[in-house]
Amino acid sequence: MRVPSVERRPSFADEVQLRRALDHLSGVDAVGVTHRVAKLATRSLKTSTKSRAIDLALSMIDLTTLEGSDTPGRVASLCAKARRPDPEDPTTPAAAAVCVYPDLVADARRHLEGSSVAVASVATAFPSGRAPLSVKLADVGAAVEAGADEIDMVIDRGAFLSGRLGQVFDEIEAVKAECRGAHLKVILETGELVTLDNVKRASWLAMWAGADFIKTSTGKVSVNATPTVGLVMLEAVRDFAEETGSLVGVKMAGGIRTTKDALRYLVLINETVGSRWLSPDLFRFGASSLMNDLLMQRTKQRLGAYVRPERFSGD
Amino acid sequence: MSERLDVMKTYKLLIKGQFLRSESGRTYEVSDAVGGFLANAARASRKDVREAVVAARGAQASWWESSAYLKGQILYRWAEMAESRRRDLADLVQRAWGIGEDEALEDVNAAIDRLVWYAGWTDKIAQVYGGANPVAGPYFNFSVPRPCGVVAAIAPSNGSLQGWVDVVAAPLCAGNTVVAVASHEHPLAAFALAELTATADVPPGVLNLLTGDLAELAETLARHEDVDGLDLTGAGEFATAMAEWSADSITRTYRPHPGDDPTRRLRSFIETTTVWHTMGY
Amino acid sequence: MSDSFLVSPLGSLEYAPAPESAALARLSDSYGLFIDGRFSDPESHELVETLNPATGEPLARYARGSTSDVDAAVRSARHAYESVWRDLPGSERAKYLFRIARLIQERARELAVVETLDNGKPIRETRDVDVPLAAAHFFYYAGWADKLGYAGYGAAPRPLGVAGQIIPWNFPLLMAAWKLAPALAAGNTCVLKPAETTPLSALVLAEILQQADLPPGVVNIVTGDGTTGAALVAHPGIDKVAFTGSTEVGRRIQRTAAQTGRHLTLELGGKGANIVFEDAPLDEVIEGIIDGIFFNQGHVCCAGSRLLVEESVADEVLRRLRRRMDQLRVGDPLDKNTDVGAVNSATQLDKITELVEAGEREGALRYSASCALPDRGYWFAPTVFSNVSQTHRIAREEIFGPVLSMLTFRTPDEAVAKANNTPYGLACGVWSEKGSRTLWVAERLKAGVIWANTYNQFDPTSPFGGVRESGFGREGGRQGLEAYLDV
Repeated sequence: MRVPSVERRPSFADEVQLRRALDHLSGVDAVGVTHRVAKLATRSLKTSTKSRAIDLALSMIDLTTLEGSDTPGRVASLCAKARRPDPEDPTTPAAAAVCVYPDLVADARRHLEGSSVAVASVATAFPSGRAPLSVKLADVGAAVEAGADEIDMVIDRGAFLSGRLGQVFDEIEAVKAECRGAHLKVILETGELVTLDNVKRASWLAMWAGADFIKTSTGKVSVNATPTVGLVMLEAVRDFAEETGSLVGVKMAGGIRTTKDALRYLVLINETVGSRWLSPDLFRFGASSLMNDLLMQRTKQRLGAYVRPERFSGD
Repeated sequence: MSERLDVMKTYKLLIKGQFLRSESGRTYEVSDAVGGFLANAARASRKDVREAVVAARGAQASWWESSAYLKGQILYRWAEMAESRRRDLADLVQRAWGIGEDEALEDVNAAIDRLVWYAGWTDKIAQVYGGANPVAGPYFNFSVPRPCGVVAAIAPSNGSLQGWVDVVAAPLCAGNTVVAVASHEHPLAAFALAELTATADVPPGVLNLLTGDLAELAETLARHEDVDGLDLTGAGEFATAMAEWSADSITRTYRPHPGDDPTRRLRSFIETTTVWHTMGY
Repeated sequence: MSDSFLVSPLGSLEYAPAPESAALARLSDSYGLFIDGRFSDPESHELVETLNPATGEPLARYARGSTSDVDAAVRSARHAYESVWRDLPGSERAKYLFRIARLIQERARELAVVETLDNGKPIRETRDVDVPLAAAHFFYYAGWADKLGYAGYGAAPRPLGVAGQIIPWNFPLLMAAWKLAPALAAGNTCVLKPAETTPLSALVLAEILQQADLPPGVVNIVTGDGTTGAALVAHPGIDKVAFTGSTEVGRRIQRTAAQTGRHLTLELGGKGANIVFEDAPLDEVIEGIIDGIFFNQGHVCCAGSRLLVEESVADEVLRRLRRRMDQLRVGDPLDKNTDVGAVNSATQLDKITELVEAGEREGALRYSASCALPDRGYWFAPTVFSNVSQTHRIAREEIFGPVLSMLTFRTPDEAVAKANNTPYGLACGVWSEKGSRTLWVAERLKAGVIWANTYNQFDPTSPFGGVRESGFGREGGRQGLEAYLDV
């Protein structure tokens, strides 16, 4: 083991200790990661495997709307879609969650009552995270209060990039406490962390600080989830699990629009970290348009013919 | 008044910077062009070959790792020392070949000029024969020529001093160390030039010189697994057999062809190593 | 903690078969020789079978070239050299090579399937590595044909004449490209002898040469076994021998060439060290080790067959490596998801088995991947030996199969000393995040190719070849031209 064995959630006396622990992580060679990802992208999923993978991907979706123009009506139709993605085919798996801003959590909660679909809320001054801690915690508190099962927080990338790792750690811990049992997804915003070494370090920092999930992106910056980042994060959760016994989930968010993209991530999981993560309790896609593409492919598998996009609701 | 009696010189082997008699204790007579006695030269044995190869191997890594600039300085220093002994060297050439003074000086001058030419090569080889390669991927890829290691060089049998410089200086300037066998008939000028390495800061073992009978040494040299390169310039009737023997350890060989570019010998004793390194973050 | 901890209660994603169609190969029942631009009638020769190593079943019959066939091919090549090719403007030679490159790309899928059937390597590799690289090689050297004066070997370098070229079975088409492209660009004509167990892709290449309208005799392809190759090497009409194969055969060829003073380049065996320092990027290291030894079933002269790991991370590397090996997909080479295919022949399988048994007898600790192997054909499970010492045969002899020997070291000097402790010198890998040390190590490794934080990468612009008993001469890059020029 490269990092000395620790308790499930190690405590660090100070930032120096935390930094030291992060420095013990082995580096990441971006070229090697890219090479590996490119090789796995050639995997060919056919027939029954493809059908199973499509259903798995559908069940992993956090159906998301995060716009300034969101309304209770929009949330209502999204929740309906999450519960029954394809009304013509009741065997279609429901989404894992609906993800909204905190002020719409109550609406989502109401529309999802009695279903398996969870309510997720972004919080902590999403997407920039640029607000005082007290405001971020109030944001989280409000979402939990309104019935959110899952909180998607953002880390302070500015603090991370300027080396104030202790501050990032403490914020996650504080938010975790404020979640009061709601699952915490920590958004690293990997597009702003830029390097894969940063992605790996931020993943471990978040896991040590109490993340139940680590999540790539807000979807609000130019670079979102990529397979290379996905692989590095998956390897981090695998190693963390081996070291601590805790299973942390991974959520890929932003820019995943096609079945082909989604299936590549499932292959990454299948062949790099172990099939344990092939389950919505440990892997999610934060997406909206992905669902319809999966539904189109699913229907094609079933009917043997390609179908037009309008067959499915535009939500 | 009687003529002054000459002080006669004993010619030895040069191994690891030391001037040694053959371990076998044997010598042979070297004659001038008309058969007169010139000197006794050491007649190297197979064990001397072994010692010389050990010396060359021992010196190779540090000779290669010394900067190309320093290797150039040392070879140039050797040329400087030769220049100051130009007439002595010419005298040996003249007596060996029975030629005129001017003709002998011509060979010596050519030899020294060639040495200077090689001195200038040391820090050009990597640039001329190496370089960066534009591979289709995120890698920095570069090729560097490296010495093949220990080169055994058979000097031209005619005793040409310039020919002698070619067979030893070409591998040396590329970072090889050398075990050279001088012309059996005309070893004295070659020995005198090799002697000067002692005052030119050529590290011990970098150049080793054997004199003797190639018939005795050829097989041992060619089959020695720790000899990486073989210059068969002066191997004459043994050239083909030596080339065959050396195949057992995939030894690089050089056999001159008429009209060879002088870099051909040099290129025969370098190998290209190509390094790939990922570029990314 | 047990790795079973990472297995899903839902089960893993089992991949349904995704086979490429064998029919794409369009194989004939029998093949003649390609001499003077024409295929000879197969029935006029002694015919031998080539097998699909994944099933052990015959694929096709091909001609065993006799001494007189070799003679006809050499005479054809000589005639083409003197009457056409030598004096053809470089710009025209270039266009032929560009044509060949394009035709390979156009028939890529067919070539990939042919190669996979005949060799046993996975279709993923033939499709993504062998065939595209073969095309790229012709493309690269095409551009040199009219620029030889700028290659650094004089203003107007001359070709050597007729080249006799013998290639191995591990990368049949790619090795043909490595041999033919620079030779033709430099103005030589060729007689190519493919390997006994893998003649088919070269014969498809012969069809491509016909489609490219290459003048008759510029390339002749004489299939056969070792006796055919020996006849070619000994033929007095050739000016140059280029051989890729075992060091043992290389010695014999060098002896033959010594008798004639003929130009020679050799690309022989290896026992490459893959050196892993403590600070290396561990997840990429594991992939690099896998690529280094299991690529092409380990039938790779430059394979990273000796793993040298810094002691402080040796256990961790071994644990992760074993886990990764269990994820390798071994089986039907035509399946697009196969990682490791069939061993090329029964002979090679015997050799691998014999050395692995020696490793076990000598006390090394064997771990073989937990994959199921097909019950027909020639197969060997990916295997790593730990507790290997330098005196073990598996640390010294080239196994040429999916078998890795792991040793440890403590300091950079020890790593270099152990890496160099072999008569070979083809390729090495170095893994570290510390560039300064990587370059220090690279400078001291006796090898023709060094991969830092990667392994088994190839490119037509990058010179490839060995030192010491791995051979001499380079293929690829500007340096690759030197082997075919009289300079």
